[in-house]
Amino acid sequence: MSLDQKTRDELREIAARYPEARSGLLPMLHLVQSVEGRVTPEGIEACAEVLGISAAEVNGVATFYTMYKRKPVGDYHVGVCTNTLCAVMGGDLIFERLKDHLEVGNDETTEDGTITLEHIECNAACDYAPVMMVNWEFMDNQTPESAVQVVDDLRAGNEVHSTRGPRLCTWREAERVLAGFPDDRADEGPAAGPASLAGLRIAREKGWTAPAGESKGESK
Amino acid sequence: MTDTLTPVLTDNWDAERAWTLASYEERGGYAALDKAFAMAPDDVIAAVKESGLRGRGGAGFPTGMKWGFIPQDNPKPKYLVVNADESEPGTCKDIPLMMASPHTLVEGVIVSSYAIRANTAFIYVRGEVLHVIRRLQRAVQEAYLAGHLGKNIHGSGYDLDLIVHAGAGAYICGEETALLEGLEGRRGQPRLRPPFPAVAGLYASPTVINNVESIASVPSIIVNGPAWFAGMGTEKSNGFGIFSLSGHVANPGQYEAPLGITLRELIDLAGGMREGHELKFWTPGGSSTPLLTPEHLDVPLDFEAVGAAGSMLGTRALQLFDETTCVVRAVLRWTEFYKHESCGKCTPCREGTWWLTQTLARLEKGQGSEADLDLLLDQCDNILGRSFCALGDGATSPISSSIQYFRDEYLAHLTHGGCPFDPAASTTFPSLSDTAAGATA
Repeated sequence: MSLDQKTRDELREIAARYPEARSGLLPMLHLVQSVEGRVTPEGIEACAEVLGISAAEVNGVATFYTMYKRKPVGDYHVGVCTNTLCAVMGGDLIFERLKDHLEVGNDETTEDGTITLEHIECNAACDYAPVMMVNWEFMDNQTPESAVQVVDDLRAGNEVHSTRGPRLCTWREAERVLAGFPDDRADEGPAAGPASLAGLRIAREKGWTAPAGESKGESK
Repeated sequence: MTDTLTPVLTDNWDAERAWTLASYEERGGYAALDKAFAMAPDDVIAAVKESGLRGRGGAGFPTGMKWGFIPQDNPKPKYLVVNADESEPGTCKDIPLMMASPHTLVEGVIVSSYAIRANTAFIYVRGEVLHVIRRLQRAVQEAYLAGHLGKNIHGSGYDLDLIVHAGAGAYICGEETALLEGLEGRRGQPRLRPPFPAVAGLYASPTVINNVESIASVPSIIVNGPAWFAGMGTEKSNGFGIFSLSGHVANPGQYEAPLGITLRELIDLAGGMREGHELKFWTPGGSSTPLLTPEHLDVPLDFEAVGAAGSMLGTRALQLFDETTCVVRAVLRWTEFYKHESCGKCTPCREGTWWLTQTLARLEKGQGSEADLDLLLDQCDNILGRSFCALGDGATSPISSSIQYFRDEYLAHLTHGGCPFDPAASTTFPSLSDTAAGATA
């Protein structure tokens, strides 16, 4: 089935954001995933048509980046960091537990289509290890038990919040934000988690600051 | 005497709704704009040069000098691209910065773009951080509405458009020319240099690419003066930086301090190593920087001293591992990462990381022989300095440094017939996993 007119218009809208249209290809493929649930041949054709390049060129890009999926993704993409630090801190055991619990292997989707499980690389939250991502939202300081609880809640349709962000949306909705069409959740969640503030808290307690600058008498 | 910790970039992270324009402006945010617009662009560049700010993305190249390389007589448009593709294992400073205070980055983008005379700027942020992207999108939208972005900013006659661009999962795009390929809608493979991006970067136009923390530091330099910045840190490594502690430390997290603080001081601030354990090995600046050991606890964490100790300051990503951790397992996992992320463009990296993984995996299982250690070092020798970009070089760092410091531990795998460590003991839930997995300590 070919993409609808609204999606085609939005693909053109993305390309128009840039000085050169082809720069829009990465967000355009995110939009394709938000509509199709994966990168489909139809989505590739549509991107190629908008940008005036070959489908092969689009395909070459789509196969290079790990966030683009060729198989249908579930409602929730669950990524467990198994890069060294998270793996050592417990990520390996969390990933094993989730594979058993969900009865899927790496990069596979549960039969009910809710959860796609994948082990992922470092997601820049090492001070919250072991880290799990759900639709690329942070689930910090996980244990095998907490991770199982998260996927059970998601499968039961319960509302789940990121530990350092908003209530979780679906994977397709997340892909739409990545395509540059914001949702209304920017103001949800805290500014920073506890580990992000570890040094600042000590500085506050001790009265430590950066020196005063030239323009102000007070210390900043 | 400067205080031990010097919160500047992190200073507003505990503010109520710190990510909003209202909160940021209430604390004096966007004050750098008018001050910069009253200066000639070249004087802004001179101020950043004078501050001694060096790139915070790992390489430590002087930021002002980089800006000075832009040929202003080139008639093509100039571009600023912020490298927000934070993916180096252990590195976790830019993501919390953009989550808590995206306006610090936006303000830095405006001042920096003005200095290099760019009218279009991009923030290339990795795609795997949805909420950070939301906060950036919102901050840019707020900045446009407030007249900090767009046409004739603050009545200065200066125009700037800022585009938030989400990547799609590729460690290699942290390499600046691969990032440009991604931003041009192509596979993220590095480009041959020269020409350098300053001469022919995005769309073959003069382009500056800087790390998030580098650009975010610029407003404070303009507001407080270059001497203020240069007054912190060490002789050749000026200013402050965010030090990210992770792993087996009591209180992991972000600690903003003058460059030159030591790991011993940082671990003390973080409440020591976790109860009953001691430091075994650590990375000073991500997995691509050679491992260090407790003998390096008093090395000043600046570019020169860490270099002299045989490693690199990198991104100040301090991953700390205690005596429960198997260094062979740790190094194998990093090596698998480099193999996975190798872009495939050059043979030494594409094939070399594959061979490294094979050899290491065999050792980790207690198979192979002592000669495999020499084989590994030989493989490293064929990758380091022979790869197209720094990814291949980085892949060799954990291997050669771990063999240097922990040769006996590799051999123990051979005599033990496998890994002599209990992986459950190094987790954050050792007692839980004991019960769950039935493991014995």
